[in-house]
Amino acid sequence: MLLVEDLAVEVGDRLILKHIDLEIKPGETHILFGPNGSGKTSLLMAIMGYPNYRITAGRIIFRSVDITHLPIDERAKMGIGMSYQRPPTIHGLKTRQLVQICAKGGDDIEEMAARLNVDKFLDRDVNAGLSGGEIKRSELLQLMAQNPDLLLFDEPESGVDLENIALVGEAIATLLEKEKMPRNTRPMAEAKRDRTKMGLIITHTGFILDYVPADKGYVLYDGVLSCSGNPSEILNWISDCGYEECARCAMKAN
Amino acid sequence: MRDESELIKRATKAIHKKAPFGKDVHLEDFDAATVVHSYLADADLCELPETEQERLLLAGVDPAQEKRGGTYFQKDTAVVHCSMKEEGIEVIPIRQALEHHEWVRDYYWKLVSVDADKYTAAAKLNLHDGYVIRARPGVKSIYPVQACLFIEKEGLQQNVHNIVIAEEDSELHIITGCTTAAHVKTGLHVGVSEFFIKKNAKVSFTMIHNWADDMLVRPRSVAVVEEGGLYLNNYVSMKPVRSMQMYPTTHLLGPNATARYYSIVVSSPGSEHDVGGRVHLSAEGTRAEIVSRVISNGGDIISRGHMIGEVPGVKGHLECRGLLLNGGLIKAIPELEGRVDGVEMSHEAAVGKIAQEEISYLMSRGLNEDEATSTIVRGFLSVDIEGLPDELKGEIDRAIEASDRDVM
Repeated sequence: MLLVEDLAVEVGDRLILKHIDLEIKPGETHILFGPNGSGKTSLLMAIMGYPNYRITAGRIIFRSVDITHLPIDERAKMGIGMSYQRPPTIHGLKTRQLVQICAKGGDDIEEMAARLNVDKFLDRDVNAGLSGGEIKRSELLQLMAQNPDLLLFDEPESGVDLENIALVGEAIATLLEKEKMPRNTRPMAEAKRDRTKMGLIITHTGFILDYVPADKGYVLYDGVLSCSGNPSEILNWISDCGYEECARCAMKAN
Repeated sequence: MRDESELIKRATKAIHKKAPFGKDVHLEDFDAATVVHSYLADADLCELPETEQERLLLAGVDPAQEKRGGTYFQKDTAVVHCSMKEEGIEVIPIRQALEHHEWVRDYYWKLVSVDADKYTAAAKLNLHDGYVIRARPGVKSIYPVQACLFIEKEGLQQNVHNIVIAEEDSELHIITGCTTAAHVKTGLHVGVSEFFIKKNAKVSFTMIHNWADDMLVRPRSVAVVEEGGLYLNNYVSMKPVRSMQMYPTTHLLGPNATARYYSIVVSSPGSEHDVGGRVHLSAEGTRAEIVSRVISNGGDIISRGHMIGEVPGVKGHLECRGLLLNGGLIKAIPELEGRVDGVEMSHEAAVGKIAQEEISYLMSRGLNEDEATSTIVRGFLSVDIEGLPDELKGEIDRAIEASDRDVM
């Protein structure tokens, strides 16, 4: 379980997030909406443990351990993984090598890469010259090799072309143990009960909801979680009224 | 013989001539007298003390000579082994060659000026030895020839002269390892090298330096490349050295000739590297690339590059990237000189530190901070060298890998 309690985060000397409360139970996937600059990426970075996202109040509990001040790699070892929107290029390190690092030598990288349609850039430097959509698929490949328990996705579908969108959606569903099961294998309710993977997904378009059934949605507005509820319903509100509507709620909340 | 007396005359005049770059070395501080070593047969090479074999391997020289087209091994001033393993590839000690093969005179001191500085003069006036390696026309070597210049005597001045000739349509790969015995602290290595790459020939020359803390090193090298020829020059230096200065120069004389330089240098506290490459693009369609990756771990590095475009349509690119990990100094000096309209030359230089963002990214994939940093450093140092046989790529990777711990 991930528990975020009354979290405040500063970047530089600017307060980016305040009073964030969040609880993701095993098997649940939550969706984070919000306008540009509202602090969505900052929340993911703070959960992942980036030191420049300084936690000034509150705490983060993961699997009953207070991880508020743990370094990134220890969080990764505990089972937290992230798919980045704009990860850095690493010259001289091949994507294949990075995936091997993620997999700790275990998985069949070729097979996973073919499945995500990224096999042709396995031997290129990490993120070098990749388009937005290619980066997303490369990120998914790394997560697939890493196989974390809590997965943070920063706009996993942005920049992905129509041809690959289903591929990306299904890969995320698989990572979160929410893929469509063939009928007659086992009762669906039982499968749902056994799910342990947790997800937190930032999305603007909501495309991802077509592939990944989500349990809860939030709107992050100006550093505050201004509303929560059924993710599809929230998406409809945003489509109809824009984030103007959130401003009203945020004003009330503040 | 008129040539010979002329060379001696010019060299004698230059015995005190300082080099334009690098700190001035007092030759009188070193002993250039002949050191006697007995010749080693193939089998003897594998019987060398383990510490010595290790030093050789680190410099890319395999005492077992597996996958090698020939071996030249000079210890101090003496040739202790010289053998050829491939048809059409000759490896001859230069003193012997000068004595017995008149043709060597056509190449000897034809590219490097004997009076360039006091070091070239010393290599003329007190030549210890060196190698002549020649690939006959059309011969394509499968394995690299390995050459080792080894210093065992403390305080020695080693004067070496090498000549490499790739005849038309031939292909020749050479790996030169320069190293010292483990106990040696100080010495001076002077190495003159002249490369002749004839029509459509291809030469790769990979030099791995593995010197000692107080060594002074002054290589002097010039190459000419004829029509359609390719010259690949790779340099790897990961270990401390007191002072190393070189500015190898290539003249692309024939149409469509190509030169590519790749240098990988790590400089530790107390070390000084002044390294670079210069290419004259003097014929139509010629191409040049100079790439360097340097890391200062506390040492001083000057990374030079100079391209001179002399005819329209030539293309060149210079790239210098430097990482400062632990103080020290990196000075990147790229120079582009276009002498006519229509040349296309560019450069990029960057000196900085490892981006925290990259470290964090790798940490989020499960590496700790040290592992993430060394992964990034290793990536930084790995350049894809097109046209280099796998065997040599492996040697370069091994050299980088072996000193990885020192870098961190």
